[in-house]
Amino acid sequence: MSTTVAIPKPGKPWTATPKQRSITAGIYLAAALVSFLLVAVTPMKGKLAYFTLFFFASIIIDFAASYMQRGMASAKDAIARGFVTVGITFAVLPIFSILFEVIKRGYKGLGLGLFTNDMSLNSVNDPLGNGGLLHAIVGTFVMVLIALIVAMPIGILTAIYLTEIKGKFAVPIKFLVQAMSGVPSIVAGLFILSAYVYPITGSLSGFAGSLALMILMIPTIARTSEEVLLLIPSDLREAGVALGGTQWRTVALVVVPAAKSGLVTALILGIARVAGETAPLVLLTGGGESVNFNAFDGPMGSLPIYIWKCFGQGTEESIARAWSGILVLLVIVLALFIMARFLSERKETR
Amino acid sequence: MDKITTKPSSLSDVAAAKQKKAPGAQSLGVGLEARSVHAWFSGKHVLDNISLDFWSGTVTALIGPSGCGKSTFIRTLNRMHEFIPGAQMAGEVLLDGKDIYESGTDVTKIRLKVGMVFQKPNPFPSMTIAENVLSGLKLAELKTSNKDELLEDCLERAGLWGEVKDRLNAHGGSLSGGQQQRLCIARSLAVKPQVLLMDEPCSALDPGSTLRIEETISQLSSSMTIIIVTHNMQQAARVSDYTAFFLSDGGPGSMIEVGPTSEIFSRPRDQRTENYVTGRFG
Amino acid sequence: MTLIDKPSAAIPAPREITTKPRVSDKIFRGVVTAGGLFSLVVLGLILIYLTYQGYDVLKSQGISFITGSAWNVVSDESGNIDYAATDFGLAAMLIGTILCALIAVVIAVPISVLGALYLTFYAPAALRKIMVSIIDLMAAFPSVLFGIWGFFVLMPSAEYWAKLLNKYLGFIPFFEMQVPVFTRSPFVAGVVLAIMIIPIVTSISREIFGQTPLDRIQAAYALGATRWAMIKAVVIPYGRSGVVGGAMLGLGRAMGETVAVYTVLNIVYQINWQVLLGAGGNVASMILLKFGEAGEGEIKALMAAGLVLFILTLVVNSIADLIVKSTGAKGR
Repeated sequence: MSTTVAIPKPGKPWTATPKQRSITAGIYLAAALVSFLLVAVTPMKGKLAYFTLFFFASIIIDFAASYMQRGMASAKDAIARGFVTVGITFAVLPIFSILFEVIKRGYKGLGLGLFTNDMSLNSVNDPLGNGGLLHAIVGTFVMVLIALIVAMPIGILTAIYLTEIKGKFAVPIKFLVQAMSGVPSIVAGLFILSAYVYPITGSLSGFAGSLALMILMIPTIARTSEEVLLLIPSDLREAGVALGGTQWRTVALVVVPAAKSGLVTALILGIARVAGETAPLVLLTGGGESVNFNAFDGPMGSLPIYIWKCFGQGTEESIARAWSGILVLLVIVLALFIMARFLSERKETR
Repeated sequence: MDKITTKPSSLSDVAAAKQKKAPGAQSLGVGLEARSVHAWFSGKHVLDNISLDFWSGTVTALIGPSGCGKSTFIRTLNRMHEFIPGAQMAGEVLLDGKDIYESGTDVTKIRLKVGMVFQKPNPFPSMTIAENVLSGLKLAELKTSNKDELLEDCLERAGLWGEVKDRLNAHGGSLSGGQQQRLCIARSLAVKPQVLLMDEPCSALDPGSTLRIEETISQLSSSMTIIIVTHNMQQAARVSDYTAFFLSDGGPGSMIEVGPTSEIFSRPRDQRTENYVTGRFG
Repeated sequence: MTLIDKPSAAIPAPREITTKPRVSDKIFRGVVTAGGLFSLVVLGLILIYLTYQGYDVLKSQGISFITGSAWNVVSDESGNIDYAATDFGLAAMLIGTILCALIAVVIAVPISVLGALYLTFYAPAALRKIMVSIIDLMAAFPSVLFGIWGFFVLMPSAEYWAKLLNKYLGFIPFFEMQVPVFTRSPFVAGVVLAIMIIPIVTSISREIFGQTPLDRIQAAYALGATRWAMIKAVVIPYGRSGVVGGAMLGLGRAMGETVAVYTVLNIVYQINWQVLLGAGGNVASMILLKFGEAGEGEIKALMAAGLVLFILTLVVNSIADLIVKSTGAKGR
């Protein structure tokens, strides 16, 4: 073709036009009006009444409008649309309340002292400026670190077994890992009590807490690592083997480095999983008040225990402390989560 | 240089052996018209200025090497193109004179009139054979006065009635590949479309099933417009009244030539068309 | 050109392909297998130790450990436990465990399934990413946070809802009340547990819905289906059993939850079917409660209770796991 025809601009004629959008807005406006009217006229009152009425009114109006325009199939689609929107709203709503309340109630207790003092000299009922949760942070840090030292190799080895070796135990092991992730945390605590504390040491310690945390950490690390290793394309393994590599060399020097950031994500998720575990620590660690770096000697504090004890006291000051502790714990979990997300995003862009 | 005359003449023999078909009666509607259709995927131009008329009551084959936009094009004809994230288009597609992309159009109604059969047979495995055929009615909340009559009629026209009439309650997935594809054809017929789009419907099937389906296509064409994308030039020659040749030179795909099938295969006007139908590339 | 004769000899049997195993690989396999079997070892040990510790109690109580509903510790003069006179019965707490978990599932599953449908089929791309992140984040929140938030923030609203339920649906036995104490009830615990398990069930459902075969979805749309008609015809038959599996996983999680229930539920040792009444308990929170002051004998009973809880959650989670796995394989 010798004539040059100008290329038109790409468009999306199927997206909602302003007219369609205004119709949708009109439906919601009408629903809001109806709900206000009904609340004024009937004995129903309060936020719950408004939201429920709005929900039903908008669905009914949408249903009627769709039915008149396009028939029953479209009307049913309108009902479905209403319900799934409500569903996701309820699923997502709690987090806003949680974040808001934790910040609102917890920030009062924040201050430099919070991070530099422990509670060995104070009671939780003292005014907020005294004492701090240094011992709790140290305790959580030490216990999680020890747990990680064992959970990391075991979790990653399990994942390697499932993806690289795929031996005859693969199906039972996968099942067992899943079963282990369902073990209630208090059962893990009771187990360590009966297997380690009573027969061997006779006293509560941070290490006992670590042992329980290990049990809770391993399934998370194993499962996430397995997913990550499965994402590594098999061409990479074939290339390693074709170059004459043994299996273990291929895995250790080719596959694992390729999955590095994913495995770190698995570790981070494992840490986030156990950082907030309370029940087993209540049974096993004794909840110390002073900074203790030695996991084998003496009771050890931790953030969850600190929160737990403060809450248990029930006074205004102790409850405020509990909220501050929750705020700190939440910030830690949030930071870990963002780190994990960042690492997995970076991997995808490669 | 002598023109190589073997391939074109054998294909054109096949094409010429079919009865000549004039554009169908007015009662079948004007048909489908594509006017300057362009398509993009996330800014990448993949279809360039396709204008094509599909007369009612005819079978049109779209041929061309893979990757030149034939499947993308037919997906713009029943508005399935817009499901792909990043899809954009320009131009118009007129069904009975009305643009199907006009704002405010009910897209589900368009798809009732312009049906589609896919490359890989996809009956609904959770439904029986009978339920599969009638599923279009259920999905669109359409009423029909006589379900059994419609069921038999559709299966008969799809060439499947004899084989399944005793086991209409068997599962949709229990049939062979060719039977499943005919089931999908019957399913599309149940909603009484004016146009049937077929995206390489036989490429996943054995030659025996392929011939059965080609027979079906010939029989169906008297009552609707059929557009079939095919890689198989012999199939295009066997089955279609008109053929359009698509090509892309690394950029967007465009339509090089369209015409009655026998002419495309015996006296193509464009050198590129001739190169393709004689097997010099593709 | 000669035609090749049809071979008259029999087709040979396939050769066995072997390679000399290298020592390093054998060690590698051994180490990795040992690591993988660690979970088996741990689970087995849990079973063994808890049974061992709780054996005396189980022997003396027999089946009434599960069916009896009284928990009275009777000691003799020297402070040792008198097994004959003591009653350890978990029934009240077991019923409480199941009750709270069921309430949680009844609330959480519809919300999760609807939410997962929204995320997979209705949400615009940018919004979907944000919401998926929010839900995954909630799955990582510690349970003590939900417990304390539930106690201070949710309880007043939950109390209000409970009063409404009692007022309008009070004819149903579950919602009757003898004494109008609405706070710290199994209902509130159920709501808190629901909020805790919604992220998990939503994630699993979302994954399953996302795996619906695209060709079936396209077939439905090409027939002129609306979005909901397509979901009903294709997505729900495909994902039905997987979603059930996900719901059971949520059930298992809710049954084993300790601190969240402990904070919002008023632990009273009697069977309570009136979910709006502020009394109840579950096995996990009972163990936590009694542990502080338990003597040696009672601790053994708590170990036995832990064993019962362990087996219960193990069974539920295993069934759930099997159901979820079979969706992917069958594809129905």
